[in-house]
Amino acid sequence: MPAAAHSASAPHESPVTQGTFRRAVVVGGNRIPFARTGGAYTKSSNQDMLTAALDGLIARFGLQEERIGEVAAGAVLKHSRDFNLTREAVLGSALSAETPAYDLQQACATGLETVLGLANKIKLGQIDSAIAGGVDSASDAPIAVSEGLREVLLDLNRAKSLPERLKVLSRLRPKDLAPDAPNTGEPRTGLSMGEHQALTTAQWKISREAQDEIAFNSHHNLAAAYERGFFDDLVTPYRGLSRDSNLRPDTSMEKLATLKPVFGKSLGAEATMTAGNSTPLTDGASTVLLGTEEWADARGLPKLAVVVDGEAAAVDFVHGKDGLLMAPAFAVPRLLARNGLSFEDIDFFEIHEAFAGTVLSTLAAWEDEEFGRTRLGLDGAFGKIDRAKLNVNGSSLAAGHPFAATGGRIVASLAKMLHDNGPVDGRPARGLISICAAGGQGVVAILEAYSAPEGR
Amino acid sequence: MTDKYTQFVSHGIGKDLAKKLGLPQPAVLRRYKAGEPLVPGPVLVLGSGNGRTAGSDELAAALVGWGLDVRRSALPKEKLGAIILVLDAVEHPEELAGPVLTAAPSLRDLAPGARVVTISRTSASAANPAVAAGRQGVDGLLRSLAKELRAGATANGVLLGDGAGTTSPSTLGALRFFLSGRAAFVDGQFLTVTSGAGQLPADADKPLAGKVAVVTGAARGIGAAIARTLHRDGARLVVVDIPAAGDHLAAVANEVHGTALQLDITSEDAGKRIIDHAVERHGGLDIVIHNAGITRDKLLANMDEGRWNSVIGVNIASQLRINEALLGSDQLNKTPRIVSVASTSGIAGNRGQTNYAASKGGVIGMVRATAPLLAERGGSINAVAPGFIETDMTARIPFATREVARRLNSLQQGGLPGDVAEAIAFLASDAAAGITGEVLRVCGQNLVGA
Repeated sequence: MPAAAHSASAPHESPVTQGTFRRAVVVGGNRIPFARTGGAYTKSSNQDMLTAALDGLIARFGLQEERIGEVAAGAVLKHSRDFNLTREAVLGSALSAETPAYDLQQACATGLETVLGLANKIKLGQIDSAIAGGVDSASDAPIAVSEGLREVLLDLNRAKSLPERLKVLSRLRPKDLAPDAPNTGEPRTGLSMGEHQALTTAQWKISREAQDEIAFNSHHNLAAAYERGFFDDLVTPYRGLSRDSNLRPDTSMEKLATLKPVFGKSLGAEATMTAGNSTPLTDGASTVLLGTEEWADARGLPKLAVVVDGEAAAVDFVHGKDGLLMAPAFAVPRLLARNGLSFEDIDFFEIHEAFAGTVLSTLAAWEDEEFGRTRLGLDGAFGKIDRAKLNVNGSSLAAGHPFAATGGRIVASLAKMLHDNGPVDGRPARGLISICAAGGQGVVAILEAYSAPEGR
Repeated sequence: MTDKYTQFVSHGIGKDLAKKLGLPQPAVLRRYKAGEPLVPGPVLVLGSGNGRTAGSDELAAALVGWGLDVRRSALPKEKLGAIILVLDAVEHPEELAGPVLTAAPSLRDLAPGARVVTISRTSASAANPAVAAGRQGVDGLLRSLAKELRAGATANGVLLGDGAGTTSPSTLGALRFFLSGRAAFVDGQFLTVTSGAGQLPADADKPLAGKVAVVTGAARGIGAAIARTLHRDGARLVVVDIPAAGDHLAAVANEVHGTALQLDITSEDAGKRIIDHAVERHGGLDIVIHNAGITRDKLLANMDEGRWNSVIGVNIASQLRINEALLGSDQLNKTPRIVSVASTSGIAGNRGQTNYAASKGGVIGMVRATAPLLAERGGSINAVAPGFIETDMTARIPFATREVARRLNSLQQGGLPGDVAEAIAFLASDAAAGITGEVLRVCGQNLVGA
């Protein structure tokens, strides 16, 4: 039965949820302000930005010359020369040069996956400290030569004599000289992410107004958070920017309503996705500092939150079974079931706003009886979240979305929110993170405010 | 880095040219470098009367203990590193003649970057007019002598209050500071020692070892120099600046192996957040340097509310609020030390700076009134008033005005941010515990002001 693959109703006891392992604590984070592509960071490479984000983190927590257990980060748009991007950034930072590092890439879930992978290593006792992160530049994106030119160049290198070389060169055609620019299109469908989401948005009958409202809230919540100093210990300025350049504190529903649709135009009147309710291409980097309780205590560092658990899912969007960005709709129910939780137990929902339509389609799926029964294997709808708990300090529509940097942005901000919130009904505050990714993937996670274990 | 003119006239063709044209010939100052001798030659110690007094004998013995080459009378043609006039026993202006005229011929034998230091008693502590006249005479004498010295030599004085003697820890601390390259841009100034409190550091190159220090406005300029100097002297640092300066702040924090705290010091809870950060991350708080400051210059006739209030808010109101939190906290370590950055503008005034001068005058008043409050817990508070310092801020002054401003002092050059930092580092050390409520000018004896 196909639905069984996504079944959320089969609880099993996991060592992770049973507290058998050490706890992985979020100490804090640092990111540079996110900049719209072609803006302040046009001349900055991924390595520049990741190094800057690392150095800000090191300065905030006094980690100069510290040997961190492991650093993991990644970029979605990555130059081939950056094969050791994270390690190179570490070498350029104030950390000890003896800090190992590795690159990871899982499209837009990269940042969150680095957090989960490193948290697991901490829980297992392999490392005591870690820095997770991500960076992306759509400004300084790699441009490849065409397949034709690439083949000629490789053959040229192998050719031994002048006549052989000339023969190889003669194969070159003018069209081969056109560069091969990167795009966010799905290789198997040829559709861009926006076009894919436009189909999903229409399928779930998400209104233009509902999408604009998500965008409006994102900008106003993010602006308010900046105003009250929420980001003072989460963001370090870079290249003259001290706030995300995409942020429009004065945007209004009226202004958003004037924008023309940019995706799903073939849908005609049903086209609802505009530049206002879709995230723009963005440059930026983020980092998160993780450690054991003992490691943090020994350095007098804060313990904001605990990484409880994470889950990845993927959907078959190629054959149109589900929308490209709908994987979190399956990952979240599985994750909550494994942890014996429901939406009632979550105090903060951080649902990445790739598009306002993505957030709303996901919520609609969870509220849908049919989807709950046939796709999640439940008795009815999975549940409805309290919108007052959704992206309360803004999300990607306002901040922007440098693909691999988004996970780190959300984890650090949510950890601080959970810490600042204090206990809820006598238990630590709890937050859920949901990030959709290219390739029909999604990664989700639960964070909980740190509380000292009993007996301490 | 000394300015380009000073470099040009220091050697070769530039030196000859400046001499022939009668142009100012500023010297390259002798600044502190770890491992270099305290003074560039033997030290001549002269007391009043016949040159030997109890105070001068004790002091000379202490200097021998530091490993200095001490003379009680000058040898012909020997280049001296310093002359110390111990005048604590002077009870009449006529008694100045002995030591002063004995020292006079030796002034020609001073090595470049040499020091003259007087040690005398405060006139305020004398009830007898003749005694007061003798003591106050030292003030005029010293300030004039400072203007006569050349080749980067300076003259400064230590004043002893009732509670201090010639070998009190802070007398020796202040003397050591004035003799050293740390006081390169301090000239014609006095420091008053009022008690026998304090102790000299176990390691003279690490006088702040084990201390936790907070520096506000540390992202650049003088604040960054203060952070570097305190780090060099052994302190653990919390560097503070507004969030918008966070990138520069992070670079400074990483350089000095400290922690960066992005914070608007005018916020209500700034004091608490500073204390919490220092205690949680570094286990305590010993030293706070109030350096953050802004200028919003306008003639008073053109002044608006925004310019006036922002300068008062950042430069003095924030310090008052933070000090209140410090004084009310039970989390500070013993013997807390506060040093504020004032300005010669706050002493002598400056055209276009009524708001700035009011704020910096305010700092001086605040420091004096806070001293007794801190004394209860063995702490001290002082201010340093920089004169013309070569920073990004002064680099924006128009060329001609800047050139005049930087030459109008006895050393004929602007100071460096590090010169201000050295004075602050000294006042933040336990060797300066007997000095409180004072304002030390770091201005190369600027011609304007006190």
